Amino acid sequence: MNWLIDPFRYSFMQSAALAGVLVGVTCAVLGVYVVLRRMAFIGDALSHTILPGLVIAYLQNMNLFIGAIVAGMLTALGIGWLSRRREIREDTAIGILFTGMFALGVLLISTVHSFRDFTHMLFGYILGVTNGQLIVIAVIAAIVVSALAILHKEFELASFDPTHAEVIGLSADRIRTILLLLMALSVVGAIQAVGVVLTSALLVVPAAAASMLTQRLPAMMVIAAVIAAFSALVGLLISFHYDVASGATIVLTCIACFLISWLVGGLRRRVAA
Amino acid sequence: MLRYGGRSCISAIPNAPALEARCVSARYPGVDRLALDCVDLLVPAGQRVALVGPNGAGKSTFLKIAAGLLKIQSGTMSIYGSATAACDHRVAYLAQRGEIDWHFPVSVRKLVLTGRYAHLGWLRRPGRGDWDATDAALRRMRLDALAERQIGELSGGQQQRALLARALAQDADLLLLDEPLNAVDAETRAIVSETLRQLQEQGKTAIIATHDVDRLSHEYDQVVFLIDGKSVPWTEATKDSS
Repeated sequence: MNWLIDPFRYSFMQSAALAGVLVGVTCAVLGVYVVLRRMAFIGDALSHTILPGLVIAYLQNMNLFIGAIVAGMLTALGIGWLSRRREIREDTAIGILFTGMFALGVLLISTVHSFRDFTHMLFGYILGVTNGQLIVIAVIAAIVVSALAILHKEFELASFDPTHAEVIGLSADRIRTILLLLMALSVVGAIQAVGVVLTSALLVVPAAAASMLTQRLPAMMVIAAVIAAFSALVGLLISFHYDVASGATIVLTCIACFLISWLVGGLRRRVAA
Repeated sequence: MLRYGGRSCISAIPNAPALEARCVSARYPGVDRLALDCVDLLVPAGQRVALVGPNGAGKSTFLKIAAGLLKIQSGTMSIYGSATAACDHRVAYLAQRGEIDWHFPVSVRKLVLTGRYAHLGWLRRPGRGDWDATDAALRRMRLDALAERQIGELSGGQQQRALLARALAQDADLLLLDEPLNAVDAETRAIVSETLRQLQEQGKTAIIATHDVDRLSHEYDQVVFLIDGKSVPWTEATKDSS
C-alpha cells in the first residue's frame, strides 16, 4: 500500500498529480472530438507550432504560458483559415506550417546555450510545476470543459452532419475554429505535463481507447477522462519509483490502457456476434 | 432565443410562393462551366415538384442554393418571400446520404432530434415538446423500434427514413429532397411516397430531385427537366431521352 500512497506525501508530487489529472481530463474530453473528427494530425501540429512561442517568451523573460497561448491561438486561426481555401490540401498546409514553426523554435533554442529549460519544453517537467502554473492549468481545464458542456449539441451536430448544421444557420467553420482554439488551450496546459513531443498522445490515446468501449458520446468523454486521470497517477508513481521520465511513463500508461480497451472491445464484439 | 443564423425571417408574407427563382445562375469555384444557367422556377406553396435530369445536370446545385448552402452568381431566389437562408427553420434539406458521418456515436433518436435545433438556437436545451416531436416522427417513419441504435447500424432505406423523420420533427414548410428514393427498399419507397402525400395535404411544399421518371405526371404538380444546368421543356426532354 505504501508504494501507492507514500510518494504523494511530498508536496511536489501532490502538485504534479493535480496538474497531471487536470491536463489529462481536459485533453481526453476534448480528444473525443479530435479522434471522431480525424483531427489527430492537427493536434500534433498545434503542439509543435507552440515551440517558437515558448522560446520567444523565454528569451524575452516573459511568462511562458503567454507565449504558448499566443502561438497556439495564431496556429488555430491559421489552420482554420487555410482549411477554408482549397488551393493547398489541408494536410499539406498543416505539414508545412507545423515543421516550419518547429524548425524556427529549434533555431531560436540554438541561439542560447542553456539547454536544460528547453529539454523541459520538449519532454515536459511535471515534477517542477509551480503554483502559478497549476492555476493556469486549472483555468484552462475549466474553460475547455465548460465550453464543451455549453456547446455540446452544436459540437456534436457540426461534427457528424455539417450540412444540416449549415442549413439551419449554424456555421460548421465557426464551430471548427472554436474547437481549434480549445485544442490550442489544452495543448498549452499539456506541454507543461508531458512536453511538446508527447502532447498529442494525451489528445488522441485516451479518447481512442474510450471509442473502443462505447457508442455513446457522453459516455466516451467520461471513460476517456477516467483513463487519462488514471494514467497520470500511475505514470507519476512509476516515474517516482524507477526514476524515469514522467511524461513518457504517463503516455505509456495511456497506451497500455488503449491496448486493454482494444482487446476488451474486440472480445465484446465477438461475444455479441 | 439566440438564433444560429442571426438573420431575420419575416414569417408572414401572405400568398408568397414557397420558392421563386428568376434566371438563377451558379458556378462552383475553379470550374468554368456554369452549374446552373439562368433557371426560372415558380413553386406555389403546397406543390410537389420534381427536378429530373442526368447526373451533373444541376439538380443538387439548385437544391443547395435553395437550402442556403451555395451562393447564387446572378439572378434571384426567394423562399416564402424572403432571401434564401433567412428562414432556416422553415426549410429542411435532405442531402444525399453520403454527406453524414454514419460512424459517429449518436443514436437514431438523437439524429432526428437535431431537426428541432433550428427552433432552439444557441444555449437552449431540447425540452419535452422537442422529444415528443422526435418520437412522433420516429413512429411515423416506423423507426421507433430502432430509435436507440447507433445511426450506422441502419440500412440505406432506414437511414433515408431517419432523415425524413428529422425533417418532420423540424416541422419545416419547404422540404428539399436530393434523390430520396435512390437505392432504397420497397418499404421505404412506400413510406416516403405516402408521407409526401400527407405533407401535401397539410399544405407543405416539396421539391424532389429524382431519377424516378416513370410515374411522374400524376405524382407531381410540376416536373422540371434540367440538362447541362438549363431547364428544358417537358416535350423536348422526353424527345432527347428516347
